[in-house]
Formats: sequence, C-alpha cells, structure tokens
Amino acid sequence: MNLIFDVGRYVLFMRNMFSKPERLKVYVQRTFDEMVAIGIGSLPIVAIISFFVGAVTTVQTAYQLVSGFIAKSVIGTVVSDSTLLELAPTITCLVLAGKVGSHIASEIGTMKVSEQVDALEVMGINSAGYLALPKIVGGLIMIPCLIIIANFLGIGGGLIAGKYSGILTPEQFIIGARDTFKFYTLFISLVKATVFSFLITSISSFEGYYTTGGALEVGEASTRTVVRSCVMILVFDFLIAKVLL
Amino acid sequence: MIELVNVNKSFNGKQVLFDINAVFHKGKTNLVIGASGGGKSVMLKCMVGLFKPDSGQILYDNRDFVNLSYEEVRGIRREIGMLFQGTALFDSLSVEDNVGFPLKMFSKMSAEERLDRVNFCLKRVNLENVNKKFPSELSGGMKKRVGIARAIALPINYLFCDEPNSGLDPLTSRVIDNLLHDITHEFNITTIINSHDMKTVYDIGENIVFMHQGRVFWEGPKEEIRSARSDKPELDRFIHASFIE
Repeated sequence: MNLIFDVGRYVLFMRNMFSKPERLKVYVQRTFDEMVAIGIGSLPIVAIISFFVGAVTTVQTAYQLVSGFIAKSVIGTVVSDSTLLELAPTITCLVLAGKVGSHIASEIGTMKVSEQVDALEVMGINSAGYLALPKIVGGLIMIPCLIIIANFLGIGGGLIAGKYSGILTPEQFIIGARDTFKFYTLFISLVKATVFSFLITSISSFEGYYTTGGALEVGEASTRTVVRSCVMILVFDFLIAKVLL
Repeated sequence: MIELVNVNKSFNGKQVLFDINAVFHKGKTNLVIGASGGGKSVMLKCMVGLFKPDSGQILYDNRDFVNLSYEEVRGIRREIGMLFQGTALFDSLSVEDNVGFPLKMFSKMSAEERLDRVNFCLKRVNLENVNKKFPSELSGGMKKRVGIARAIALPINYLFCDEPNSGLDPLTSRVIDNLLHDITHEFNITTIINSHDMKTVYDIGENIVFMHQGRVFWEGPKEEIRSARSDKPELDRFIHASFIE
C-alpha cells in the first residue's frame, strides 16, 4: 500500500511542478546555479571514479583473457564497450545518486522542516516547481555531460593502465576500441544518462519535499533517496538494455 | 476583513478545530490567544491555505478562500505577508535577498528600485547595515524583524504572525509587538497574531479571539476581556497563569 501511495504522490508532485513559472528569469537563473552545483561540483569525483574504473577493467580483462589465441586489442574492445554501455553511465549515476541526490533531498528537506517551503507557498509561489524544476532541468543537462566526460576518462584510464602495466600498447588498445565502436552504443549511454539523471533529481526532490519532522527525518529522507535512486537506476538500466539492445 | 465560518479540521480522524467562527478586522491587530495545543497554529495555517479545512468557509473580504482554484488562491496569497514562528528566512540568501525575494518574484521593479524598497523595509523595522549578512549571522530578534520586512516588502492586505515573540527576551518582544501594531495602522492591513503572551494582548491587542481545545471560547475587544473572565473559567485560568496581575 505504501508503495502505491508513494508512486501516486510522486506522480502528483511531478504534475504540480509543471505550472507556469511566476518569473521565468528567476527560474532560468536558478537552473544555471543548479547546473554549476551539479555539473562542476561533481566533476572531480566523476573524473576520479571513471578513470580508475576504466583502469581496473583493463587489468581485470587482461587477467581473464589468458589465451594466446586472443588478440590483445580485444581488451580495448571490451573496456571501451563496457565503459560506454554500462560502467560510465551506471556506475557514475550510482555515485551521483549518493552525492547529488542526498544533497538535494537534505537541502529541500531542511527547507521543509524549517517552514521555508511553507513561506514560499504563502507568498503565492509554486514551491514544488520553484525548488525542484531547476534541479531536474539542471541535472538533465549536466549529468549527460558528465557521462560523456566519464566515457572519455574511463576509456583513457583503461588505455593508460594498459600501457603502464605492460598489458598492451596504446595502439593495440585504440585498434580494439575503434574496431567495434558504434554510435548506437554512445546513444544508449546517453539515453541511460538522461533517464538516470531524471530519476536521481526527481526522486531526491520528491523525498525532500515530503519530509516532515526534524533533523532526524531529513537524514532519513536523504538515506531513502540514495537507496530508492540506486534501485530505480538498476531497474531502468535493465529495462533500457532490454529494449534498446 | 477575514471571516471564518464553521471551520472544522481533523488529522487522521482526530478533530483539531471545531466549528470555528471568528472575524478579524481590517486596520486592527487581531490576537488569537490560548494555550499551546489549542489549535491556534492549525487555524492560522488553514487561513493561509497550508492546511485545507474539512468544512467551512474562510472569507477574505468575501472571497471564499477554501473553494477557489489553486491559481486564485495564489492570487490572494500575494496579498498576504506572514511571519513564521521560526522566521523561515531562506538560509542560502542574504538579508537583502530575503527581503527582496517577493519583489523579485512578483514585481517589475528594476534592481535599483528593488534595493530602495528593501532598504525602506529594513529601515522601517529598525534594521540597517545588515543587507549582506546571512540569517545564520543574526540574533533571534533581528531575524524576526527581517521576517517582518520580508512580509511587508510587497503591498499586502493581510499580515499573519505565528508566535512572533517566541524565543525572544521581554524587551525585544515589546519592540516586535510595537512594530506589528504600528505597521498594522500605518498600512491599514488586517493583522492576525497568534500568541500566548498576555503582555502582548494588553499592549497591542485590539480584537481578541480566545481558543481552547480547538474551539473559540471568547471573542471581543481587549477592553472586555477582564469582564469576560468571570463567565469563562478557561479564559480566567489562562490569564491567571500568565502572572500579569
């Protein structure tokens, strides 16, 4: 019953969010602020994670491909395809669910419990739209950009790890990566990034917006956001893979 | 003028407001008094639309607030200023931006005109040279005054104050009381103040509504409150407990 109630409330929250903005200019300004917070603020962690995930994938793929009959360039193929299809969008978004999602939920949740959301409503402002819409739009723009960067860094990390651990040369890696590269793979990566970014920002805004109580409940909302976002990312990861591949 | 007609409100089957009938007059400081848990805040939140009454009417100059569309409600809310118990100032905005926020959202003022209006409002509440400070840098009394300045930034017809003296020392309480009284007369607005401070009642109260256990027990001008005590033991106990006399 709780699940049905929450889904219904989530749908209503989404519907309420899309009303005519009181002042478009303010919303646009807030969207730019959110883009900076989400995009620039998350860049270091995304860069570190994607680089090392790519590097580890190269080392582990090489460990598993022990047969001398398999060309070393296959490692480049496996690493680049895995990065584009799964590692960059999914791992990065799972991390962003923790970083961006919990931040949004705690920010809006704190505003809720300290009556700041009520203050917006009393002023005649659509609080759901004012608080959540710029975050969702900002996320939809910036998270796919982060995923593109993560794709480059992941493949780059694999290439560098291959070179410096003596597994394969950069030329072999690039040949492998280029041989099987399809734009459709990149397209799937971006579809995933877009869907996941919507899930992260909307679920976190929803959880924050319906927080009641005090500091303890804000913490619980933040935790719930991360758990629910991660689960939904994995569910939609499977669905997108099933539909598009 | 705001009129409540047979307003009822319950939460999860527990009735909190019982057939509330009350009139709040224009150009007067209307005080709602009563013990904690008596339904004052719930009534105030029903009046500004944060809670929807189960039944009854809330008439803003004969406009039935309860049965209006969301857009019409937002229209009336733009005529409302509210001082929250915890002030509900936006943590992420400076004092200047907090006071200027309603202007930015709803007026067509230029940045210079907005700043002039912000400075006027801050001066009106006896606060100067705090424009760039953030709410976390202000004392309780200063926060309340910023809250009042924000409430009067736009030309309003109705001012709601939920426990404006809570957490303040007696001297600062008197300053806030006098400020609310002066603003009410200066702008000729309908001011409704929730309070359990009898000193406030005797100092600035003009029309008093006494609530007890979710019901209006007595309503009338301040001058009659002493004579009403003999008929209303609940009112007598409340006044006696305030140690004013």
